[in-house]
Amino acid sequence: MSDKIQIKDLDVIFGRRVKEAKKLVDQGLSKEEVLGKTGCTVAVNNANINIQEGEIFVVMGLSGSGKSTLLRCLNRLIEPTRGTVTLEDIDITKADSAKLRKLRREDMSMVFQHFGLLPHRTVASNVAFGLEINGYPEKERLEKAYKVIDTVGLKGYEEMMTGELSGGMQQRVGLARALANDPEIMLMDEAFSALDPLIRTNMQDELLTLQEKVKKTILFITHDLDEALKLGDRIAIMKDGMIVQTGSPEDILTKPADDYVRSFVENVDRGKIVTAGTVMFNNPERLRLKTAGPATAIRKMRAVGVTSLPVVDENNNFIGFVKDEDMVKLQNEGEKSIEGKVYKELNTVNENVAIADLLPLFLDSALNLAVVDDDNKLKGVVVHSSVIAEMLGKEQEEVKQIREDGLDNVNNEEGGNDNG
Amino acid sequence: MDKIEIGNSVEQAINYISTEASGFLDAITNGIDFLVIGFQDILLAVNPFVLIGLLAILTYFLMARHHGLFTKAGFKAGFGMAIFIVLGFLLLYGMQFWTEAMQTLALVISSALIALVIGIPLGIWASRNDTLESIVRPILDFMQTMPAFVYLIPAILFFSVGNVPGVVATVVFSLPPAVRLTNLGIRGVAPDVVEASKSFGATPRQLLFKVQIPLAMPTILAGVNQVIMLALSMVVIASMVGAAGLGQAVYKGILKADVGLGFEAGLGIVILAIFLDRVTQALAPKK
Ligand SMILES: Nc1ncnc2c1ncn2[C@@H]1O[C@H](COP(=O)(O)OP(=O)(O)OP(=O)(O)O)[C@@H](O)[C@H]1O
Ligand SMILES: [Mg+2]
Repeated sequence: MSDKIQIKDLDVIFGRRVKEAKKLVDQGLSKEEVLGKTGCTVAVNNANINIQEGEIFVVMGLSGSGKSTLLRCLNRLIEPTRGTVTLEDIDITKADSAKLRKLRREDMSMVFQHFGLLPHRTVASNVAFGLEINGYPEKERLEKAYKVIDTVGLKGYEEMMTGELSGGMQQRVGLARALANDPEIMLMDEAFSALDPLIRTNMQDELLTLQEKVKKTILFITHDLDEALKLGDRIAIMKDGMIVQTGSPEDILTKPADDYVRSFVENVDRGKIVTAGTVMFNNPERLRLKTAGPATAIRKMRAVGVTSLPVVDENNNFIGFVKDEDMVKLQNEGEKSIEGKVYKELNTVNENVAIADLLPLFLDSALNLAVVDDDNKLKGVVVHSSVIAEMLGKEQEEVKQIREDGLDNVNNEEGGNDNG
Repeated sequence: MDKIEIGNSVEQAINYISTEASGFLDAITNGIDFLVIGFQDILLAVNPFVLIGLLAILTYFLMARHHGLFTKAGFKAGFGMAIFIVLGFLLLYGMQFWTEAMQTLALVISSALIALVIGIPLGIWASRNDTLESIVRPILDFMQTMPAFVYLIPAILFFSVGNVPGVVATVVFSLPPAVRLTNLGIRGVAPDVVEASKSFGATPRQLLFKVQIPLAMPTILAGVNQVIMLALSMVVIASMVGAAGLGQAVYKGILKADVGLGFEAGLGIVILAIFLDRVTQALAPKK
């Protein structure tokens, strides 16, 4: 994958005293300070982003953080104050009006929060608008429009006026209109924010399905973290016009760059995002079924401080787990092989499984969970407490403490009941 | 303190213009005459009963379309108005005001047409240019607050008496709503729609004709309606400078203190007013 769009050192400053404001920005003054001193709003401050071909890149941030402004610099609905935006080898910031029109007509389409449909036209005519602007003959553009309308699931609504449609359907029209030009790039500014939660989820799913087919490069703006995490291949977080962190959804969740990002991430349902691969112990200590005896097992367990270990065959295929108590028994009985006390046919998971889905698997057994690849080779081990720690966004030690406290409470209560 | 002589200098300016630009003024005179006489001839060439029938059909169609062409409401509205037109215009004919009514109609159509041809493009231009808007707006305010009669004075000075100064004064008087409402309508188009259109690479011209004007149409048509109603009221006043039509009859009624004549002519104007108002209101397709 290669960079499709490069945003470099981009600034957008609104106001009259832009020159002064630029200087202050260079001196590292904050958005508020610049506003106080010059009356200029620094909407985008030194943004650098590379968007790869075929990815959904999400920009997220609070209201007023400059997301929409940044997005509009790509098709120059807003003129950047300085910096460059390049599409492959075209410098968009330097394009003259003819070239810019060509870019807008052929290379990038936009989907808007409030749809921006033409209320005096039918669905088909709205969808065909871009093609009409581009001078396609009526028959051809309507043919294309009908096809795209089918793609977004609005077949049968072609000749209705857009005002007669529900919000969700209107946004499908908006999506279809953007797709009709078959652009390489889609710019979506809070495209689903105005929709009801249920419809919104639907549209997100459909966008993902659609993206599988059409493979566009999508820049998606949202202020909703859940949406960002669901849609984004990568996410950039904006604050006061600055990009404070760029990374994969997991990066953002597990390694927030600062308190601003952390505060975003706090309330998210981490269980759905963080995967087994992130929380597992990589390349864990393991026992070879053929060669390891109880003594080896006990020694290894003591060395890493655990109470169970995964067992594999000579090709590193996962077989099961052994527990320390069983090993001690075997040793006392003078057994040389661990074979008889291996818990087999346990659940295993793939690295990409979300941790929320791991919990039920733990409940089946007190053992740890093995993470294997597609060929059943052992990749790692997930420990119960680290899943909980991750889901709560707390440190593992804290979780252990909490659990112990909890157990104490339960015991005390039981004791209390007995007395009473 | 001495009197400040604004009136004097205006008079001088007018004199200067009428001598310096006589060729230009003549051209305007000829143009307007041609237009008014043309409409008048057409309206009077048709048999009155045939014309009444045609106007009734036109009214029915527009009113019915406004309320939904093949619906009960549409039929009701259209039919009622058509009956009114037939009866009203028969009454005009019966009162022997037919010629006058057609003259008035020709004057209104000519004046409104000129006002719209000037006013709508000016409104479009103003909507795209903030400087122009800030210049035009106070001028329009000024024009609308001036009493109607005032426009007659320069009109006679430039164009002597008759239909032409009447039309000129009427155009000036009825122009503001065309400019104002066109400007307002276009500026009132939802910014997200405009932005969306731009994002698909629309040229300013495509934006104007495919998006802004169609969406501003209801407001622009409200302007058309106002222009026509103002034109009718001014055409009546313009009879004082010799413009033909029902206004003349009213004027005569006033001069001779002939209440009957004045009332009949006034009734005729009301009939025309209702006709023009309803028809132009119905121009805008209903939401
Ligand atoms: N045309 C403009 N003139 C002046 N200031 C503007 C303009 N457009 C945006 N701003 C300011 O720039 C900043 C960034 O605005 P922007 O619309 O990009 O934010 P956003 O992140 O998209 O917010 P939201 O989530 O509310 O859409 C804000 O402080 C806003 O007030
Ligand atoms: Mg925004």
